[in-house]
Amino acid sequence: MRRSEVYLSCLGFLFLLLASIFFYAHYQRAHAALRLNEMARVVKELELTDLCLFTEARYTRHPSQADLQTPFQDHPMAMEHFPSGSFMKIPGNIGRNTCYDTLDQ
Amino acid sequence: MTRWINKQKNIIDFTLSSLLRRKGKNTALFFVYMVIVFLLSSVMFFTHALKQEAKIILQSTPDIVVQRNVAGRHDLIPARYAEEIRRIRGVSAATPRLWGYYYDPQSRANFTLMVSESNPLPSGDIMIGSGISRTLKVFQGDMMTFRTFSGDLLTLQVANILSSESELVSSDLILLSEEDFRYLTGMAKEHATDVVVRVKNPKEFKTVAGKIVNLLPDSRPILKDEILRTYDAVFDWRSGMVALVIFISVLAFIIFSWDKASGLSAEERMEIGILKAIGWETADVINMKFWEGTVISLTSFLSGVVLAYVHIFSASAPLFAQVLKGWSILYPSFRLTPFINPYQIATLFFLTVVPYTVATIVPSWRAATVDPDLIMRS
Repeated sequence: MRRSEVYLSCLGFLFLLLASIFFYAHYQRAHAALRLNEMARVVKELELTDLCLFTEARYTRHPSQADLQTPFQDHPMAMEHFPSGSFMKIPGNIGRNTCYDTLDQ
Repeated sequence: MTRWINKQKNIIDFTLSSLLRRKGKNTALFFVYMVIVFLLSSVMFFTHALKQEAKIILQSTPDIVVQRNVAGRHDLIPARYAEEIRRIRGVSAATPRLWGYYYDPQSRANFTLMVSESNPLPSGDIMIGSGISRTLKVFQGDMMTFRTFSGDLLTLQVANILSSESELVSSDLILLSEEDFRYLTGMAKEHATDVVVRVKNPKEFKTVAGKIVNLLPDSRPILKDEILRTYDAVFDWRSGMVALVIFISVLAFIIFSWDKASGLSAEERMEIGILKAIGWETADVINMKFWEGTVISLTSFLSGVVLAYVHIFSASAPLFAQVLKGWSILYPSFRLTPFINPYQIATLFFLTVVPYTVATIVPSWRAATVDPDLIMRS
């Protein structure tokens, strides 16, 4: 077998793998419906607001419920020190007159 | 057509032999290229899947959560606020919610304490999340001891474990009765953590929130839409760690392409000169260089994307778990649903393969258009 044929076969196999991940993803999504419904049920029943991803600080455990100044609440000069805090995007309007939506007074 | 295919095969044969002559350099290039694509695709798959899951799961989150703010801090809300909110037109329900945190000094883990309104537990019983059960090795029927706000010990029995399917939202939860919650935290009967508001018409969320602020100026309403947007912002590609990974990967990639685009090595120029001297056309040389770029970039791209898929959706992102875990003791064990689409793959392709292939062809085209005699003499 020529080198080019071996290479093209490998390339074909990789394309096949790429195509198969789409089919597999579709199959996995269909089977994940049960798990997603169960989570949605728990969220509704317990009136939850956040994903349980970062449990190291309360404002990272419930980012949607935290104030924008919470990372600095421990001390007026305290800087953000929890690793997961580095995931948060800096609010676009930081440094302007307000950091909140109009309703967040 | 067969002739064209045979010609391409011959060129690929020659390209592969040429690449194998610089085996070490090209193998290193392939691996580094693949790692960059792997990192970029992993970040893209992971953040997109988490955002999609959050969007689906949190659809049933409360319409409005009303907090009380004192000196810029979240404070306990008087339970009577719920009655006042209920009187607002358009509000179908307003219920005080009892929840808080508990730090366990022994395991050094933070738990979320919560009173379930819909499924109240009898005093003395608790339900715990699977994350707590797994980390602390506590199972159904076991006892857990807590230190109350006044220093007393409170022992509660684990009546049940929350389903492992819901771990992404309930891993650190401890559900307990209102009586036990108030005894543990010292929260007075007339106070709650916040108030959950249900509004009949989704178009009125903002209007109702505005009325709440007017009625109770020390309150802070958080709309469902804001809750949903939070996870878009947290896993936005411009945010913290995600941006850092992308920045480093793109920088490494620019260095690669720059190295290629800035010119050919003396050996490569000589090779082009010889090929031209023995009768290769400029188009053949460019074709050969196109295949050279494709062999490296397309193979690395396809391998990187497939490996990223396995890393994120089959192996539960072990490389990111450590970063996400941070200082947390409790970390949910979850398998993400693969929300991937051709648009993501196309974006990755145009970010990585196209610029590299172009960067390989351009200097070769320049060298191939020069007189072979001049190249070989130089």
